[in-house]
Amino acid sequence: MPNTVPITVNVNGRSHSANVEPRTLLVHFLRETLNLTGTKIGCDTSQCGACVVRMNGVTVKACTAFAVQVDGADITTIEGVAQDGNLSAVQEAFWNNHGLQCGYCTAGMIMSVTEIIERNPNPSAEEVRAGLEGNMCRCTGYNNIVKAALAAAAARQGG
Amino acid sequence: MYPANFEYLKASSIADAVRLLSENPGAKLLAGGHSLIPLMRFRLARPEVLIDIGGVDGLRGVTVSGDTINIGALTTHATIAASADVQRANGLLAEAASGIGDPAVRNRGTIGGNLAHADPASDWATVLTALGATISVQGPSGSRSVAAGDFIEDAFAPALAEDELITTVSVPVLAANQRAEYAKMSHPASFYAVVGGAVVVTMDGNRCTAASVAVGGLTPRPVKAASVEQALSGTTLTMDSIADATSRLGDDISAAGVDVIGDVFASADFRARIAPVEVKHALLHAIDLAHH
Ligand SMILES: Cc1cc2nc3c(=O)[nH]c(=O)nc-3n(C[C@H](O)[C@H](O)[C@H](O)COP(=O)(O)OP(=O)(O)OC[C@H]3O[C@@H](n4cnc5c(N)ncnc54)[C@H](O)[C@@H]3O)c2cc1C
Ligand code: FES
Ligand code: FES
Repeated sequence: MPNTVPITVNVNGRSHSANVEPRTLLVHFLRETLNLTGTKIGCDTSQCGACVVRMNGVTVKACTAFAVQVDGADITTIEGVAQDGNLSAVQEAFWNNHGLQCGYCTAGMIMSVTEIIERNPNPSAEEVRAGLEGNMCRCTGYNNIVKAALAAAAARQGG
Repeated sequence: MYPANFEYLKASSIADAVRLLSENPGAKLLAGGHSLIPLMRFRLARPEVLIDIGGVDGLRGVTVSGDTINIGALTTHATIAASADVQRANGLLAEAASGIGDPAVRNRGTIGGNLAHADPASDWATVLTALGATISVQGPSGSRSVAAGDFIEDAFAPALAEDELITTVSVPVLAANQRAEYAKMSHPASFYAVVGGAVVVTMDGNRCTAASVAVGGLTPRPVKAASVEQALSGTTLTMDSIADATSRLGDDISAAGVDVIGDVFASADFRARIAPVEVKHALLHAIDLAHH
């Protein structure tokens, strides 16, 4: 019988307690234990960013953390970004600017873009691209993602 | 992929971590997990016990006292990059930190874990070698210090006993007449350095009075480039004198007495040729003849 460790994690504002095998990656915990499948797995090398979530307010790659390491933490996944059925400014901007095609990278992109414009409310296109170094997209060629990020920043500033 | 299972222990203090290491031979410490978890996913590492030091107080944060910057082993690359104290005291540390991987990697990865992983191309190993940093290590019988340049004994083999952990990295504050820069060629997907060159030059006007040069990604531990340093010292730094000095790097690589690393991404020959270019780039930055 494999050993398990009890953890309690606050995900999208709801507290979840579970017994997990220590080797359970955060991304597997989110997808398989909590059924939050918006967070994707795109690689085995920690490079693609499809799995990016926010942990205590900063982006982390959920494939590169064990669930036991986030015991007691606040996690936000893509499922927790819209509030009361309203898309966030970043989600809205991706929609309006065609910032996705297949959508596989989108959850991670939205988490990373949200952090970029929180840290730097008025980023340049170059700063957006630097902030997205850890998020790969095989469809869009990135231009519409950068456009969406800039539009989201402008929308947040404009109020 | 799924890592092999392991027993998970949580250290509550530095002393507790040392005790748990002593009691569990073969156990590995877990800091940010950004080198260890990728290895475990491929089952290139299968430790039976992991000791999580993520909750240990007193291993995190930056303090500047006098001429020394002390960085706790658990301090993330992102924290170092964003620290106003670091930016003031030694801009190269902030620059190197902000160039590691990508934002999410920097949010989790730690300076101590990076050094203990002992990757020959580690940005920290190269930069801290050039800066003459000291690494403090704690074991059951007390603490000791290791010069950053001696810390990697072989590729992925740090100068650490099984029951020791890194506690602090101490780096000199740069003097007003010192300039320090780092230039690297990165892998396009991971942004991991392939070859990087770090320089610290002490200037009297345009004349360099002392130089420290380290190159990573060539050999298991960073090459300290004594011939290049010698050629720079006492010289007025110009495009030409810098090119002349960096052309001597081949001597220092030979003097290291080990084969240059080659892999599927960059051959040994390519690395050896790119290395002087990166050092030159760093030096040109240092005298404002080039910009990032
Ligand atoms: C996509 C990607 C890109 C990257 N790009 C770069 C790059 O450009 N440049 C670069 O330098 N690095 C890069 N890295 C590596 C990154 O910097 C890691 O954060 C770092 O190497 C390991 O730090 P960690 O805290 O994550 O350590 P962990 O993975 O937790 O541990 C690594 C090793 O160190 C040991 N350890 C951890 N803490 C201590 C301690 N205090 N004392 C003793 N032993 C300890 C562990 O037991 C383990 O063996 C990259 C990593 C990824 C995933
Ligand atoms: S799944 Fe690719 S970075 Fe996490
Ligand atoms: S939209 Fe398909 S990977 Fe980005």
